[in-house]
Amino acid sequence: MARKLPMYKAISEAIAQEMERDENVFVMGEDIGAYGGIFGATTGLLEKFGPERVRDTPISEAAFIGAALGAASKGMRPIVELMFVDFFGVAMDQIYNHIAKAHYMSGGQVKMPVVIMTAMGGGYSDAAQHSQCLYGLFAHVPGLKIVIPSNSYDAKGLMISAIRDDNPVMYFFHKGLMGLGWMPSPPEATVEVPEEPYTVPIGEAKVVREGSDVTIVGVAKMVYEALWAAEELEKEGISAEVIDLRTLVPLDKKTLVNSVKKTGRLVVVDEDYRSYGMSGEVIATVVENGISLEAPPVRVAYPDVPVPYSRVLERYVLPDKEKIINAVKSIM
Amino acid sequence: MEKVEEIPKETLLEIYKTMHKIRTYEETLAEWYYKGKTPRFDISAGPIPGELHLSSGQESAAVGVCMHLKPEDALIGTHRAHHFAIAKGVDLKKMTAEIFGKATGLSRGKGGHMHLFDANVNFSCSGIVGASFPQAVGVGIAAKLKGEDYVAVAVGGDGAANQGTFHEALNLAAIWKLPVIFVIEDNSWAISVPKEKSTAVAKNSERAAGYGIPGVSVDGADVIAVYEVAKEAVKRARRGEGPSLIEIKVYRLRGHFEGDPQHYRPKEDLELARQKDPLMNFEKLLLEKGIATEDELNKIKEENIREVQEAIDFAVNSPYPEPEEALKGVFTGGE
Ligand SMILES: Cc1ncc(C[n+]2csc(CCOP(=O)(O)OP(=O)(O)O)c2C)c(N)n1
Repeated sequence: MARKLPMYKAISEAIAQEMERDENVFVMGEDIGAYGGIFGATTGLLEKFGPERVRDTPISEAAFIGAALGAASKGMRPIVELMFVDFFGVAMDQIYNHIAKAHYMSGGQVKMPVVIMTAMGGGYSDAAQHSQCLYGLFAHVPGLKIVIPSNSYDAKGLMISAIRDDNPVMYFFHKGLMGLGWMPSPPEATVEVPEEPYTVPIGEAKVVREGSDVTIVGVAKMVYEALWAAEELEKEGISAEVIDLRTLVPLDKKTLVNSVKKTGRLVVVDEDYRSYGMSGEVIATVVENGISLEAPPVRVAYPDVPVPYSRVLERYVLPDKEKIINAVKSIM
Repeated sequence: MEKVEEIPKETLLEIYKTMHKIRTYEETLAEWYYKGKTPRFDISAGPIPGELHLSSGQESAAVGVCMHLKPEDALIGTHRAHHFAIAKGVDLKKMTAEIFGKATGLSRGKGGHMHLFDANVNFSCSGIVGASFPQAVGVGIAAKLKGEDYVAVAVGGDGAANQGTFHEALNLAAIWKLPVIFVIEDNSWAISVPKEKSTAVAKNSERAAGYGIPGVSVDGADVIAVYEVAKEAVKRARRGEGPSLIEIKVYRLRGHFEGDPQHYRPKEDLELARQKDPLMNFEKLLLEKGIATEDELNKIKEENIREVQEAIDFAVNSPYPEPEEALKGVFTGGE
């Protein structure tokens, strides 16, 4: 049976079902218990599983994310919530020098089935320390799988895959897709979700709209901006294909390359910073595969500035439908 | 409360005035925040977008400490910093314009409510919990190297005291004997997590012992008690005798942020906060002891209401920044 669920409920349902299936799964983080997570991703878990398996932590990210490593080394499957990805700074050593590298450095002796779940994204004036995406930064570090759902179906399936994966997975959810009453969210992100557990494979992109003139690539909220742009472009006789990457590591090169082979044009939409990030990686992947393009690839990305607070300023720098339309037209 | 008779009346009235100004400011901002957010709360709507953490009930911490500070002294606050900003003398109009995202704001609308900077009075704050402590250590190093007598105050909530930065910074300030005052503003809550579930000791002031520095705990319901404790710590720092830790027990009158349903909070806790309201307590004390008359206090209140209204008017009537401003100022030197 499927019913429409907002993303936040899809995520907590996935975690609950995995906790029922496997007693090694447990959750730690700030305000994930009684509050149910600031963005609702752990709604109802404390009531179901109690404070031993659903642990509210002090504001000690280095300690509780580091603790996920220790627990994983003993066969547990911890899920830790980093409330906003922006807060990674205080805990980054545990993430990138330890959780990401333990399997490799130990010659495969140690497995790290850790899920680091974290909120990303702006658009509501939360300014420079609470609005970033930063997935490019984590994707840059070898040893971390990176998943980013754009709707509630993928959110549940990717969470179950992440929990069952024996590698560390960073699970990013965009605040503006969660379907929370108090934060604007496109209705398209709230889709039918089967009640029973299922997986969405890590490492598979999805063609969310077929087209023949240009490939538009994005993740999370930018998938919708791309789809809305594609609708407008259609009216002007431009046929855009839209790809939701869903996973950054490992990157689904095949889907990407096949699409651009067909369309000959590429626009990458990225809510993360422009330089040294996802947009560059996607373009490099296409170019390295020897695809001949009919026009230079274009990036519609966050310019290399911190996220400004004032609404007018933030709107000016956030990628959106209009900027995508302009980018596509510039290469037609 | 013995000490109150020994403090000059002007000082007492100044303390009252600043506390009342802060309360008036916070409650007025709250009204503005909900404009455009009713009946349905939408974090991105209305004249004040984004998050809003107000300090009502915690005024005594800011005023008790800042009464001893000069503009050269640095104060580094948290995500909940309006009370410290006002007590430190941050320009109220520019601060308000910043919170409204206007071009006339302290940072031209780029920083916002959690990231207020006023270099004129050495004030800053941050949205990252626990960020203030190491930064204050650096100000202390500068004072020492330059041979100046300014001090640094780092503020954190009870939640921030569980961050590694707190412990590392206390140790650094102690071994280098730096002029730093660490203030833990204990309102019992870190969002929904109560202190007794997150903190291994009953009082954060006890943690000072681990770093060989003085640690004092004081009841924030009594602003004069805070004033006295802070006076000692600031004097000690100025004399070059090193850092101190002050824990101020305060009570949060509102949610963690506006829009917080507070379903995790027992009713009695909010009731307690109302009883411990430092502004109400101080007002009562001033009247009971005959230090001030109702008329005197009313005059102060009117002045505050006027000043806050002027700041709001200034913010509301100011223009928004030009959109291109977003791209400027990442580096100094090349706008
Ligand atoms: C490094 C970091 N972790 C988590 C948060 C999210 N957060 C913001 S305020 C807060 C609670 C802070 O509690 P406390 O320090 O007691 O201050 P209070 O809000 O009670 O004034 C949390 C967890 C953050 N901003 N930064």
